[in-house]
Amino acid sequence: MAHPELHNMSVAELALALRNKQVSAVETAQHFLQRIDAHKALGAFVDLNAEATLAQARAADAALAAGTAGPLAGVPIAHKDIFVTRDFATTAGSRMLKGYRSPFDATVVARMGAGVGHGVPSGPAAAAAGAGMVTLGKVNCDEFAMGSSNENSAIAPIGYDTPEPVRNPWNTSRVPGGSSGGSAAAVAACLAPAATGTDTGGSIRQPAAFCGITGIKPTYGRASRYGMIAYASSLDQAGPMARSAEDCALLLSAMCGPDPDRDSTSLDTPAEDFSASLNAQLKGLRIGIPKEFFGEGLSADVRAAVDAALTRYEALGAQLVPISLPRTELSIPVYYIIAPAEASSNLSRFDGVKFGHRAKDYTDLVDMYKKTRAQGFGDEVKRRIMIGAYVLSHGYYDAYYLQAQKIRRMIADDFQQAFQSCDLIAGPVAPTVAWKLGEKSDDPVANYLADIFTLPASLAGLPGMSLPVGFGEGGMPVGMQLIGNYLSEARLLNAAHQFQVAHPEFHTARPEGTA
Amino acid sequence: MSTAKLVQGYEVVIGFETHAQLSTQSKIFSRAPTAFGAEPNTQACAVDLGLPGTLPVMNKGAVERAIQFGLAIGSHIAPRSIFARKNYFYPDLPKGYQISQFEIPVVQGGQVEFFLGDEKKTVRLVRAHLEEDAGKSLHEDFIGQSGIDLNRAGTPLLEIVTEPDMRSSEEAVAYAKELHKIVTWIGICDGNMQEGSFRCDANVSVRKPGGELGTRREIKNLNSFKFMQQAIDYEVRWQIDQIEDGHAIQQATVLFDPDTGETRSMRTKEDAADYRYFPDPDLPPLVIAPEWVERVRAEMTELPRVMAERFVRDYGLPEYDATTLTQSKAMAAYFEAAVALCKQPKLVSNWVMGEVSRRLNADEIGMDQVPVSAARLAALITRIHDSTISNNAAKEVFDALWNATGAQIADTGALSVVDDLIESKGLKQMNDSGELEKIIDEVLAANAKNVEEFKAGNTKALNGLVGPIMKASKGKANPAQVNELLKKKLGA
Amino acid sequence: MSLTSADISRIANLARLELAPDESERMRGQINDFFAIVEQMRQVNTEGIVPLAHPVVALPDFALRLREDVASEANQREANQHSAPAVERGLFLVPKVIE
Repeated sequence: MAHPELHNMSVAELALALRNKQVSAVETAQHFLQRIDAHKALGAFVDLNAEATLAQARAADAALAAGTAGPLAGVPIAHKDIFVTRDFATTAGSRMLKGYRSPFDATVVARMGAGVGHGVPSGPAAAAAGAGMVTLGKVNCDEFAMGSSNENSAIAPIGYDTPEPVRNPWNTSRVPGGSSGGSAAAVAACLAPAATGTDTGGSIRQPAAFCGITGIKPTYGRASRYGMIAYASSLDQAGPMARSAEDCALLLSAMCGPDPDRDSTSLDTPAEDFSASLNAQLKGLRIGIPKEFFGEGLSADVRAAVDAALTRYEALGAQLVPISLPRTELSIPVYYIIAPAEASSNLSRFDGVKFGHRAKDYTDLVDMYKKTRAQGFGDEVKRRIMIGAYVLSHGYYDAYYLQAQKIRRMIADDFQQAFQSCDLIAGPVAPTVAWKLGEKSDDPVANYLADIFTLPASLAGLPGMSLPVGFGEGGMPVGMQLIGNYLSEARLLNAAHQFQVAHPEFHTARPEGTA
Repeated sequence: MSTAKLVQGYEVVIGFETHAQLSTQSKIFSRAPTAFGAEPNTQACAVDLGLPGTLPVMNKGAVERAIQFGLAIGSHIAPRSIFARKNYFYPDLPKGYQISQFEIPVVQGGQVEFFLGDEKKTVRLVRAHLEEDAGKSLHEDFIGQSGIDLNRAGTPLLEIVTEPDMRSSEEAVAYAKELHKIVTWIGICDGNMQEGSFRCDANVSVRKPGGELGTRREIKNLNSFKFMQQAIDYEVRWQIDQIEDGHAIQQATVLFDPDTGETRSMRTKEDAADYRYFPDPDLPPLVIAPEWVERVRAEMTELPRVMAERFVRDYGLPEYDATTLTQSKAMAAYFEAAVALCKQPKLVSNWVMGEVSRRLNADEIGMDQVPVSAARLAALITRIHDSTISNNAAKEVFDALWNATGAQIADTGALSVVDDLIESKGLKQMNDSGELEKIIDEVLAANAKNVEEFKAGNTKALNGLVGPIMKASKGKANPAQVNELLKKKLGA
Repeated sequence: MSLTSADISRIANLARLELAPDESERMRGQINDFFAIVEQMRQVNTEGIVPLAHPVVALPDFALRLREDVASEANQREANQHSAPAVERGLFLVPKVIE
């Protein structure tokens, strides 16, 4: 019954073992559910539904037996609690949605699982078959994906009675990063071979770096946003988080593809096999090194690890090209104007009328709105709603919102300029390794500043990924970021995979107590 | 622009904003049906309710209708227009914002032309933009609470905005009727005002001639042409009284109460002024290729204005006739069908605008239910034209045709149906001169006095003779022929 | 520039957020800290630059995808109202709306 090795296996290995009937999907699911229970102290999971999980596993086994199984049939996955699901509660880490049940599954959830259908007959897309993965449960995140430490969740994790921050498996007194902190912690601790994440300003790349795993945010529009609770619509993008580039490639291939019926911003670009070119040699690959990513804001330990990684890339035949992304610093104010502006509008639907929390006592309609939203939202969310409403309000729109959108264009153009002389761009993911719980929780602006290296690619809608390349202060993992031009995910994954083949010591390292 | 008609020395200035529900099968951003009158919230899908994670996907049919409208009124169709979010909190607005168009609307400019009496008016349009409708709040039956039905939420609307070009309530109503005619004629809106498919808001202000524009008040949801006129007239008087009493007009939104016949200021939504418009990040720019516009143009039905011009040109009708006959597609089609058969445009026009319209109004039915087919009307007019029957006799036949049920009239060819009726009612004019001359001779003999007077030069005396002759012929004599023969016999 | 307490309460009302006085003051401080780092952005010369409201439009020939006008969504009222705070006879109940 017990398969001690299962949780150490990669997505690729598990898929193969399941296909060869060496292990059943049900056994696999049971093994991971036990493991999740044994490590609930991490606070990674916020909702489980063993019955639903095992039902999906049985279906996967049946499909495997019948030979009708999807490519990843029976492989378990955890979903960030920002994706709506029918079989599990969906809270987005907010009191506003405590216990909320969505009548449909997010497109990404459906594609990774049994297939697109949204729970109702819904046009052509309903036919699309899924990858056959089995959902283990929902993992914690910052409220409405707003945060970079996962300390902004209002939901009590499984095993806790009150809200508790997710812990970093490498050091439980440190943050896992955010907003996809639960996803990163679960994968790093081998509570799941893979998890979905979402990245608006770095929410896949930064927690992946903090927890020593691999994650990729594809080009904006590659993966459907339908069923992804919106934070900042022009920036939000789903992506996979796993323990290797090879796994990320398999997961991304299943996740991406047009959703013409449901998401107007999903690209028509057909789904792609991102594993196809993993083994291409890196000889002649031109890696751009933006000098702005290596300024004094970057801590020495992170810098050392990233520099070492770049030297290793040179050894693999890559050529380092100095480039400039002159508006890197501007990306902080630009992002923190645009994202809150969109969020202030996206979160207006949470008004206590159609779903979610409603205040108990109120005098009239407006009072009901104000109390409901005051009680339902946490501080960071309120802060961003306020900033967003302000920069869109009469008399400030041009000076703030419009100015930010113009600079956003300049930032996107800077990248195109840079890609004239390089194939992809490399740099740190974050200025430091994971910080201590509570260290920055009273200083929002300090948190904002730490996003400096992930924001530019987000604003331009470019694909970016994070891979572990070393260890820094306190033995915490250091992640390196790779940024590619639009639709160049295959190239990013290829570059990351070649590094991981040549230097397995980083992505295969496991935090203590998770063996 | 129209010449100002002053009210108590003030010039009235009116602009319109009309919300026309587009006649699509599905909502503007979701695949939920748009049918009216369903059970509460049974036609509000996850997208319409703004459930977490839902996103809008634009309905091609709504865009196509906007293009049709733009072409119908000679507007510029924007090759690239932007959807924006209008942010405010209201229970019937599920997402807390309305998806609309702000800076760059799909339809830009254009004008609506119509007749006010026999004066031709032109009202310029600023724009027409696509947006989603809101739901409804029901205030009855829920003690201290309102019930929210979101079935209407997401129904496609075209908001049509004019320049402040109208100068009287009559002109405003005439504009609204013309606009209503256009949208129903091209079939982009069912025009049902009771069900709210065509809702007008009037911006009304008054000023001394040539002075600055006055502060306007917006009268919301004028859902019948009758109330429209009442409401504007009341509002104009109210504003003038205010000014005369030395009060300044405050910009406001008002509602018209049909029961009191008064307008009253609405409790204004807080900070309605600050909608925080911004481009909707869920919807990239709407791009309309010139080829699409041309395809729509090619498929468009002939517009009333164009059709009226053709009636004047091809049928030699007066402009008044042409405009009246193109009030509705059905009437125009009926007219043309009849003309095609009898080749008598003016006669057909007179009958359609006269007897046919009169009877339709009397029976309160529409052209679609007209009991006398165009073919039968054409047959009747053929018989008038070849003077088989007089115009008066024809009205009798027409009545018979109108009231006849299939049983009473064998449904043979229209002409034979008409001829049978003329025969059975004995309405045929007497065109056989021999018989008529016999009657005339008798009458002349019996009225020697008139004959004398006539010969003495009193031409009026002739009438004294015509009467009895017609009488003797039981009305079947052809008056023209009678005069002719009389003159001949009296050697005049 | 820096926001006043009046600004904060105006925005809080726009955003329909009830803020306790101390909460409101704390937020004023934090938001003003933030706007300190926004200043550099305002100095940038953006003359003639077209705003980028959406990254996809940076991609070649991207246009809004349109859907055929077909009504295919089944009635899901039950499921859709499952998480509603107050429903009666299929209607969402709210405190009286006054017009």
